[in-house]
Amino acid sequence: MAAVLSVLAQLLHIALILAAAPVLTGVIRWLKARMMGRRGPHPLQPLRDLLKLLRKVPVLAENASAVSRVMPYVAAGAAIAAAALVPSFARGMALAPLADLLLVAGLLALGRVAMALAGMDVGTPFGGLGAAREMSFAALAEPALVVAALSLAILAGTTNLDAIAAGFRDGGLGLRVSLGLALVALLAVAVAENARIPVDNPATHLELTMVHEAMILEASGRHLALWDFAAMLRLTLWLALLVAVFLPVGQAPAGAWPHLWIPGLLAWVAKMAGLALALAAFESAIAKMRVFRVPEFLGAALLLGLLGAVLLFVSTRLA
Amino acid sequence: MLTFFALLVGALAALGAASVALARSAAGSRAVYAACCAAGVLLVAGGVAGLLGGPAVLDLPFGPPWGAARLAIDQLSAWFLLPLGASVAAASLYAWGGVRGAVAPRLLVPWPIFLAGMALVVLAADGFTLLLGFEAMSLASWALVAHDHAAAENRRAARIYLGFAGFGGLALVAAFGLLAGGAGEVAFAVLRDAPPEGWRAAAVLALVLAGAGSKAGLFPLHVWLPLAHPAAPSHVSAVMSGAMTKVALYVLARFAFDLMGPAQPVWLGAPLIALGAASAVIGALRANLEDDTKTLLACSTVENVGLIAIGLGLALAFRGADLPALAALAAGAALLHALNHAVFKTLLFLAAGAVLHGALSRRLDRLGGLIHRMPVTAWAALVGIAAAASLPPLSGFASEWLLLQALLAAWRVGDLAFQMGVAAVTALAALAVALAAAAMVRFWGLVFLGRPRTPRAAGAEDVGGAARWALLLPAGLTVLLGLLPGVMLDLAEPALRQMAGAAAPRTGLLMVGAAEGGARYWPAFAALLVAAAVGGVAWWVRRRAPAGVARGPAWDCGYIAPPAHLPFGDPATQPSAAGFGQPLRRMLGAGLLAAREEVRMPPPGSTLPAVLEAGYRDPALAALEGPLPRWRDALAAQAERLRDLSIRQCLGLTFGTVVLMLALLAWMGAR
Repeated sequence: MAAVLSVLAQLLHIALILAAAPVLTGVIRWLKARMMGRRGPHPLQPLRDLLKLLRKVPVLAENASAVSRVMPYVAAGAAIAAAALVPSFARGMALAPLADLLLVAGLLALGRVAMALAGMDVGTPFGGLGAAREMSFAALAEPALVVAALSLAILAGTTNLDAIAAGFRDGGLGLRVSLGLALVALLAVAVAENARIPVDNPATHLELTMVHEAMILEASGRHLALWDFAAMLRLTLWLALLVAVFLPVGQAPAGAWPHLWIPGLLAWVAKMAGLALALAAFESAIAKMRVFRVPEFLGAALLLGLLGAVLLFVSTRLA
Repeated sequence: MLTFFALLVGALAALGAASVALARSAAGSRAVYAACCAAGVLLVAGGVAGLLGGPAVLDLPFGPPWGAARLAIDQLSAWFLLPLGASVAAASLYAWGGVRGAVAPRLLVPWPIFLAGMALVVLAADGFTLLLGFEAMSLASWALVAHDHAAAENRRAARIYLGFAGFGGLALVAAFGLLAGGAGEVAFAVLRDAPPEGWRAAAVLALVLAGAGSKAGLFPLHVWLPLAHPAAPSHVSAVMSGAMTKVALYVLARFAFDLMGPAQPVWLGAPLIALGAASAVIGALRANLEDDTKTLLACSTVENVGLIAIGLGLALAFRGADLPALAALAAGAALLHALNHAVFKTLLFLAAGAVLHGALSRRLDRLGGLIHRMPVTAWAALVGIAAAASLPPLSGFASEWLLLQALLAAWRVGDLAFQMGVAAVTALAALAVALAAAAMVRFWGLVFLGRPRTPRAAGAEDVGGAARWALLLPAGLTVLLGLLPGVMLDLAEPALRQMAGAAAPRTGLLMVGAAEGGARYWPAFAALLVAAAVGGVAWWVRRRAPAGVARGPAWDCGYIAPPAHLPFGDPATQPSAAGFGQPLRRMLGAGLLAAREEVRMPPPGSTLPAVLEAGYRDPALAALEGPLPRWRDALAAQAERLRDLSIRQCLGLTFGTVVLMLALLAWMGAR
């Protein structure tokens, strides 16, 4: 029975994440437009855009290889696989034993490499530029992520997301300075990984400093739909990750009966909406930084993460 | 068992001698490479048998004047036969497929001797035999590096390589001398019974780090690798990178885990961890800046050797802190990564060789678009770079996952300074892994994607015959090793018990775990999940979206149309090797590699072009090339003065030396 429930929860979770991804992006865009005094498109507009793109025949460059045709599927598949692992409304889902933070990071890297390669496939200058910048920023974001994982692993004893969430929910770990620092580090990584302001502007095309859009400049039709969907999924995944680790309030425990899923679901939606509001407010209030300031931004995140780990070492010594 | 290995090493050495005659014909050359390929397969089979069976010792019927040369196989050496054999088999197969006519003797003869030397190092059970194999390995590979000595840069590479090889050998001789003490007995069985302590342990470790570390490519003695690998033929650089660095790491592990005894303090691992982290970051960063395929891959080898060294150092520290399960975790990560790296780096070097053969260039800026002309090489190399970029579910991710888990658990050692150091090393290791991913994207993207940058690249031809299998088989092995790290860790368990005194914490063949109840990694299920997701997306999109694609010209960002003599577009409008490395050169290069950029504008009114100069310098090479020649010149100037001595002074010098020697002998006799 428990096995059936966990599979059911997993399937529900995947469906939820897949549905939430375009809606979340649409809500953030709508909120941002509202804060900036515009009416903004309907929150479901990204979904409509995806469906419209799907109906179009993609145009590929004459010298595009199979890489351009395969990599969108790889990136979308990797994003779905990673999103399937991050717990949302319930713990103890069928894939919970697989849900390792480092594996999620690896799957995100798989999607990133697929995108960088697709950007280089045609040999246009913009694609290569975007790929170089994306891989360079990731090189700085990765250490910050792993150092934040270090603090979490010390506190929870594992890098399994499900176990970390359980530890923070039930273990009474309480508030700690180190956790706060790890949260700040992870937030910075999330901003960089999702190409949000201040690292990149998700709303522009053909800006001199853009990263993410430069790589998919040649994509169109279903390929572009897949790239966009993968990006939406990544954003949802990161927000869900932050929620699952730092705000596990209301999450249904492992093996709970479905009636506990409903408050979990409501709590998750509320938490995600809150984060979306915070993200929209943050992006409306701050300007995009120069590309070569990004290393300082991520370097600060890395240092904060390290500081959190060192504080933990000292506090475990005192305790 | 060992008789078999002794015969195998002997046969390889004899093959080296016989290849003088065999090099006269193409058939003879092919026979030599085929025999070497078979020897590689036999080494792998023997390694597996050695891991499953028990240890054995064999006294050879000959040896140095003071005793017999001794061979032995135990679990540690049996494990290192696997990367050695796998790399050798693939490289020999590639060389076999590449034989067009009679191979020059200077290229053919050292090859079997090189292989015999490496096998002898791994199988040696006394210092003399080990050094014999080490020197045979060094000299034979030097001959291979120097084979094309017409080019000045190759001569320089060979000279620097020989210098490092000689230095490494000397350091190992000194390490054995210090370990043996006054007794002078260098059989491992005897050395093991008298482990060094205190300053002697520190000195032995420093000497081994200098000796084996210079061969393995550990910072700061890594500078020969990026020079020597491009100079050597591709199958040689493949084995030098895939196998020889592992043999050197085996020597390091043999000293640190076996000969120096189990009761060593925690700090013994610290220098290994620090040097490993430095190698990993410097190697990965340089791989992002080099514009020669083989130099780039050699720098990536420095990075991977650094990661393995971090694993070995962590295992030593854990063992010193009496945490055997964690020691087994770290040692397992190191052993697994040694094998994985041997396979995928051999594959990548062979692919670089296929590109060099097909498109006649190693420079990234002269290649491009080869996926259309060389599909087999391209897709095989894609597997290799995905493993090197540590993407799940390939082999590199499995071992680096284990290594990161070991690093995340290292705070348990307890010492605050160690904890803070390890936290920094964790960040550095993650940085190196991500930098390696960037370097691999740059390598594969610039070589295989985009448009051809030269007519040669536009007319490239793919590999065929045996060479094709030399790429496809390691690619398949990379996937298999990625899916089944649990099986490999099971196989390595006896070696881990020998190194760490405990088995790696895990249950089941399909997963690897960090600790009891800790994080787990299920590679096969992760692969299945990704495959299901990709398949589901493809199926859903196929149902919804119209099939097929339309083709049109790429938008070339507003550049004017290329002239008629450039049918593949203007190469200058494509990303270049230097351009792709520019963000990282600016972000990290300035601090770590003294990278600089300088724009020189022409004076107003002048029609001269503006010049942008960008460059960087490996700090280790700078340190080496600065003072060393100065010391050499100063020494030579001092030695020159000897020529001007009078006959009285000459005789006095000789007499003084004899008296000094006698005094030394008397002093040693009195002790």
